[in-house]
Amino acid sequence: MIKAVLVINGMGKPRLSKFYEFQEDDHAMQPPEKQQELIRSVYGVLCSRPENVSNFIQSNPLFGLDSRLVYRTFASLYFVFIFDSSENELAMLDLMQAFVETLDKCFSNVCELDLVFNFSKVHAILDEIILGGQVLETSSAEIVKAVDEISRLEKASNAMTLVPKSIATWPSR
Amino acid sequence: MNPFSSGTRLRDMIRAVRACKTAAEERAVIRKECAAIRAAISENDQDYRHRNLAKLMFIHMLGYPTHFGQMECLKLIAAAGFPEKRIGYLGLMLLLDERQEVLMLVTNSLKQDLNHSNQYIVGLALCALGNICSAEMARDLAPEVERLLQFRDPNIRKKAALCSIRIIKKVPDLAENFLNAAASLLKEKHHGVLITGVQLCTDLCRVSEEALEYFRKKCTESMVKLLKEVVNSPYMPEYDIAGIADPFLHIRLLRFLRVLGQGDADASDLMNDILAQVATKTESNKNAGNAILYECVETIMSIEDNSGLRVLAINILGRFLSNRDNNIRYVALNMLMKAITVDGQAVQRHRVTILECVKDNDASIRKRALELVYLLVNDTNVMPLVKELIEYLEVSDQDFKGELTAKICSIVEKFSPEKIWYIDQMLKVLSEAGNFVKAEVWHALIVVISNASDLHGYTVRSLYRAFQTSSEQESLVQVAVWCIGEYGEMLVNNVGMLNIEDPITVTESDAVDIIEIAIKRHSSDLTTQAMCLIALLKLSCRFPSCSQRIQEIIVQLKGSLLLELQQRSIEFSSIIEKHQNIRSTLVERMPVLDEATYSGKRAGSLPATGPTSNAASLNLPNGVAKPSAAPLIDLLDLSSDDVPAPSSSGGDFLQDLLGVDLSQAASLSGTSQAPKSGTDVLLDLLSIGSPPAQSSTSTADILSPGQDNTSVSTLQRISSPSSLSAQGSSPAQAAPMMDLLDGFSSSLPVAGNGLTYPSIVAFESNSLRINFDFSKTPGNPQATLIQAKFSNSSPNVYTDFIFQAAVPKFLQLHLDPASGNTLPASGNGSITQSLRVTNNQHGKKPLVMRIRIAYKVNGKDTLEEGQINNFPRDL
Repeated sequence: MIKAVLVINGMGKPRLSKFYEFQEDDHAMQPPEKQQELIRSVYGVLCSRPENVSNFIQSNPLFGLDSRLVYRTFASLYFVFIFDSSENELAMLDLMQAFVETLDKCFSNVCELDLVFNFSKVHAILDEIILGGQVLETSSAEIVKAVDEISRLEKASNAMTLVPKSIATWPSR
Repeated sequence: MNPFSSGTRLRDMIRAVRACKTAAEERAVIRKECAAIRAAISENDQDYRHRNLAKLMFIHMLGYPTHFGQMECLKLIAAAGFPEKRIGYLGLMLLLDERQEVLMLVTNSLKQDLNHSNQYIVGLALCALGNICSAEMARDLAPEVERLLQFRDPNIRKKAALCSIRIIKKVPDLAENFLNAAASLLKEKHHGVLITGVQLCTDLCRVSEEALEYFRKKCTESMVKLLKEVVNSPYMPEYDIAGIADPFLHIRLLRFLRVLGQGDADASDLMNDILAQVATKTESNKNAGNAILYECVETIMSIEDNSGLRVLAINILGRFLSNRDNNIRYVALNMLMKAITVDGQAVQRHRVTILECVKDNDASIRKRALELVYLLVNDTNVMPLVKELIEYLEVSDQDFKGELTAKICSIVEKFSPEKIWYIDQMLKVLSEAGNFVKAEVWHALIVVISNASDLHGYTVRSLYRAFQTSSEQESLVQVAVWCIGEYGEMLVNNVGMLNIEDPITVTESDAVDIIEIAIKRHSSDLTTQAMCLIALLKLSCRFPSCSQRIQEIIVQLKGSLLLELQQRSIEFSSIIEKHQNIRSTLVERMPVLDEATYSGKRAGSLPATGPTSNAASLNLPNGVAKPSAAPLIDLLDLSSDDVPAPSSSGGDFLQDLLGVDLSQAASLSGTSQAPKSGTDVLLDLLSIGSPPAQSSTSTADILSPGQDNTSVSTLQRISSPSSLSAQGSSPAQAAPMMDLLDGFSSSLPVAGNGLTYPSIVAFESNSLRINFDFSKTPGNPQATLIQAKFSNSSPNVYTDFIFQAAVPKFLQLHLDPASGNTLPASGNGSITQSLRVTNNQHGKKPLVMRIRIAYKVNGKDTLEEGQINNFPRDL
């Protein structure tokens, strides 16, 4: 199960944070303060990593037993997946690749600002890839198709309203 | 537009936040926005609800509290439009933090949306449910989700499948409801549905035995067939990652097979062929291919035994180890760590490659490889492995040295085939990375060295050589200093040369040089300094010609700011100067420490000294009046005591004296037992944690109240340091004191030179009683014959009974063999043993004795100790 997906920029600002579940006994998500703390400590670990090392970090102290962390940098952003032993580490790297490819297709040449201004669309994309911590879809074509469909629906139902409500009507830049 | 008005667009708010230069500015912007949103919420503003919630999500991502927006999510979810619902559900997933009541309210909306005619709205509801579902929601909504598993649109089916996973994890009882629907998902052609369907089945097997049995029976074969199809499927650009068709489906299937095969030989048999095919046919030049191989290896390792496949799997891992991608090496090492328990022999074959990984550039790979090497070491490969590791130690990073050193030391200790090899390797490690070696490791080395009597000379010479090149390594210096102190003369005279050694010429003053260098070079470390001082004291006796020079070095520390060093320095120089006669006894070699005891103590199984001394003393032959080893362990244990006590075998003796004296001092003023101020001085002089030497007259001071002036002054005179030797030789001086004191002590019968003495109960504990009978040989007043009689009043028989005794220096003790070593229970018999004591200070000092009795009760070691002060006078 995937426990969290984080996108953090080079300055340590979270650009996307989605926590699935942490404690099995507690039904709750992490409270926001705890989430921020985790993001900060993940960032602390990441920015002290030297170059040319593996993308895996043993993250037990941060996320509890049986948790692994895989990260990758794309441009100035750290993409981080945290997951448990029921996921294949190498496959997680591929999933991350699929996520970034999809972002790239949806925003045509994605950059950090796209994620900042369109965070709800980013969430929509992520929700088509991972649901409740499980992998939902890995083909970026399928994902793009689903996201486009959502955008189309929003546009259609918003045609008559003055307040822009859909992710599709926000300029991408 | 004013960016702080409630009418701000989301984009404008984000811009305003981004424009903030400080955290305080950002907080101000957020505060204003939040205030505006709260106002809008309380006005029940409908037009901007959607936008406000979007803003709140952004604010939430920045880490500010947004709980007040939770109810807004519910309102949006309940709205009719798709965009409202979308933001509402997104908000629900992100903002929800304290739940139950909100979740209860949302259940109804979810139920409606799961039945919505618009499949995208159904999709939103499934997604939200999959993320936040609680146990109650799971029970309420399971039927809807189950129905959606058969929905016409595959996108809904796959979402429903993942949603079901959450539901059965929350409420495992619901698993059986999903069995049939899940099984039918496995027949799907749509790959997204297949991935999720396989995952659902895997999780069903995890939560329910019944499900596992069901799928094992019905699906193993079809899953094997499915995997075969996937492996042989033609190129599908849509799902292709780096030339591999649908790696995720591969992985999910392999994982499902693993669950099915684990613990079931028949199922495992069915999948052997396909696993072999995946293991051999998958391209390994891309990450995706390796991910499949990795998963395949894990499955092979987990299913029931097939040694051929396992070798294949471990060879794949071996290949991974030489892959250029760090990630591949990393996962391979992790997997090998697990594989070692399954098939250690196959892993051994890749030892060389694993050893290469210890030298990897990537710290986390190095660490894992080192752990793996540690697991791989056995008696046959320890020598080449350690050789390699030590060679690598020379060039490794500073950060890695600590870990590497610890592992090497631990391997060497655990697997060393012979002592000389152990010592050699440890010296290499100490010279290379001595600063990283933990104290207990080099303490253990010293214990080993002291036990290897044939290697003393060799070791001290090796250390001397190592010191020349690596004097900056602190623990090397400490071991070297200790050994030179102990075995200095072997260094100088080339005693005990081994064939493999080159002879070296070291003069006495060279050896002292070493200590002097050490004391200067490591001036900041108290332990080193203290060890150097002791080594110097020892050398002053071993090398009389250097005595003067040594004293000069010792005196330099008189001004040390550290009390211990200062005190030691003063005491030692006084020993060298004034107490030649006792010096050689004080600096005798440390008695050999029992290795097993020491390692037992290190392992922490034995607390402190009590039980340890028990075991140690059992090693001593019975009846030999030899100092017991107990306090020595303390003395050597530098970690618990910063300064080692300044003596070898004398230490124990002194310890005894200390015990004697402290109790005497306490009772002196009251009963005025025989004075022992002479030994008192000696004691203070060498004090082990007692007041500094200057206060050596304090015993007398304590006595002064209640005593008349004459006696005090006499005592004081006698107890002053300079009179120590005088006292021994001039009975005249001591005589008046005896007379004086005789006047005070009337409690004990004073027997003259007569031949009868009263028997005493020398020792009495709960069950053990020792009686002493005394007799004198006519014409030899100094010698006393003691008949000891032991009796046991407990209901248990004491076996392996050993009685030991120690006496101060002015006494000589000889123990005859005991009449037996089994003490019958309930006083039905006794053991007798005779002791002969010669009192060199007859007439001046009474007998005193420390005893220790060791025995076994029902096979359990027991130890009792005591001190006998109530000897009749004039013995």
